[in-house]
Amino acid sequence: MRPKTSPDTISTGTAPRRATAAAASRRTDWTRLFVQALVVLLAIVYLIPLYMTVVTSLKAPAEINLLTAWKLPSHPYWEGYATAWRQFSPTLKNSFILAVVATLLSAVLGALNGYVLSKWEIPGAQLVLPFMIFGMFIPYQSVLIPLFQFMRGIGLYGGLTGLILVHVVYGLPITTLLFRNFYVAIPDELLGAASIDGAGFFKILRWVIFPLSGPPFVVVAIWQFTQIWNEFLFAVTLAQPGSQPITVALANLAGGEAVSWNLPMAGSILAALPTVLVYIFLGRYFIRGMLAGALKG
Amino acid sequence: MRSRRDRLIAVLVILPSLMLLGIFVYGFIGQTLYVSTTDWGSGANAALALNPETHSVGLGNYRELFTGFLDIRFRQDMVNMLFFTLLFVVASLLLGLLLATLIDQRIKGEALFRTIFLFPMSLSFIVTGTIWRWLLQPSGGVNALPALIGLPAGRFLWLSDRSQTLAFNYQKLPYYLVVGAMVVLAAGAIFYLARRRYRTAGFLAIPAAVLLAWVAAGGTASYNVLAYPEPHGLNFALLGIVLAATWQMSGYTMALYLAGLRTIPDELREAARVDGASRFQVYRHVELPLLMPVTWSAIIILGHISLKIFDLVFAMAGPDNAPTSVPAISMYLTTFRGNQFAKGASVAAILLIMVSLLIIPYMVTSLRPRSAK
Repeated sequence: MRPKTSPDTISTGTAPRRATAAAASRRTDWTRLFVQALVVLLAIVYLIPLYMTVVTSLKAPAEINLLTAWKLPSHPYWEGYATAWRQFSPTLKNSFILAVVATLLSAVLGALNGYVLSKWEIPGAQLVLPFMIFGMFIPYQSVLIPLFQFMRGIGLYGGLTGLILVHVVYGLPITTLLFRNFYVAIPDELLGAASIDGAGFFKILRWVIFPLSGPPFVVVAIWQFTQIWNEFLFAVTLAQPGSQPITVALANLAGGEAVSWNLPMAGSILAALPTVLVYIFLGRYFIRGMLAGALKG
Repeated sequence: MRSRRDRLIAVLVILPSLMLLGIFVYGFIGQTLYVSTTDWGSGANAALALNPETHSVGLGNYRELFTGFLDIRFRQDMVNMLFFTLLFVVASLLLGLLLATLIDQRIKGEALFRTIFLFPMSLSFIVTGTIWRWLLQPSGGVNALPALIGLPAGRFLWLSDRSQTLAFNYQKLPYYLVVGAMVVLAAGAIFYLARRRYRTAGFLAIPAAVLLAWVAAGGTASYNVLAYPEPHGLNFALLGIVLAATWQMSGYTMALYLAGLRTIPDELREAARVDGASRFQVYRHVELPLLMPVTWSAIIILGHISLKIFDLVFAMAGPDNAPTSVPAISMYLTTFRGNQFAKGASVAAILLIMVSLLIIPYMVTSLRPRSAK
């Protein structure tokens, strides 16, 4: 038996909770207290790395010392952020262009594919979905050498355009899957009514499917943006210095031993900010994409 | 109702995507497999040429990886990967289950805590790795934590420690494999024996006994993979990577378990309580068994992520740090630093096979109920 997951209920916070008042009252107060205390303790543990990152990023290089690493800065040193921004803004811009363009393209293609796979009988339909989805699980190392040669062959090696192409193609499995799972839930009668009125493939798409595509588009866009923003393997092998995304720049900086640590920490915060903000404000869409990635949409 | 013309349009719309994936996934995998049987990069030819001249070497690259004198690092990388996967998956499952169970107890500030436990998921492995690299500096960070409350500071060298535990002799790999197979068969035999299915138990017990006799007679000794002993084991330096990876991914397991818990119908819990089950008994005998499918999904998803782990190790310890290296890293180094394309392709192929062994059965079982519609 496979319980169907409903991602919404875990993220909205207003999920209908079981009304077992009797059960709750039987639990003694001190167990509740213990559970609450344990959760608070664990939350503190989870936040420790964040604390350390923020504290270190606000220290002057001279104040960064392994022995006093846990102490707050004597006074916040914002110059670290200014330096990090100067150093990282070109790569942040690359990441931004890459993530936005590749997200939009792969979402549009995924929506078209999802529409075809959910509403049109095409030959071999049973095999098409697994054929596509396998591509999202493979270790990308297993396509990297031919990809590297292919990119050099068509002259896209090293640039942002090539990286966009790669992310669009390898994004197709998940975007198609997410849109398909959403469109499958649209009742066929809705389409039937439209097609009786003489609407064809594109008219149904325009007047029935498109108006309903807002929510899945948000889920897909958030998921793809986060994935592409955070990606590293393609970035480190297929981009040259001028077109490198932030992940490569950050790894290079932190890998060099001679830096003072406030810089990589400020850089980490800059690199993390876009996806963390998306998560905090649109978390429930993020979680839906995440669970669908486990084929549990 | 829907015309043939429209159906043709549907095919034409999806065709470009199928062709792209056909080339970029299946075509390229095929090419990688082909490259792995050549000498590209190890001969005198120009490795970086667009059309390098290569010769077939059959399975020679694979033979070198598993038995070659120079490729000892690859074998330790494989061992690292397997130990990392085991530790990381178990830690994430336990922690994720604990978090989900606690959060499911109607605690105050539920939404806030959920957000806290899950936020590392939105970071990149590079950011996580950079942060933890700083936290695991030998004389600061985590090691200095005990000193804050007056205890002696830790001395563990986290990412650069060179000691091992659970060492075994790789030379005797066939011996370990045969013993492993024997244990599995014997466990199966006992399982069916306990259920009084004597025929099935016998079918499993007989080959187990044959293997036992063969091993006892020293039959595996003539199949040693190397002519000399080669110890490999669990590197302590991996523990730091496991720590960071668990910090990032345990929230994901929590979300999976929480989603599972929230779909268990309340009637089931109520029924058990009416029968006099305590709160803990309901958890143990109703909720946990119903979470088993979630556990399997989580094992597969986390397992395939950890077999592929690359960014985190790269950012935390750097690609050249041997104690924490994994095959995904050595593939990158051999291919893009060493220009040994054929050997890199072989490592990639081995990675692909391991991931496929996890993913293909999972896809078959996950997608079947839907495609039946």
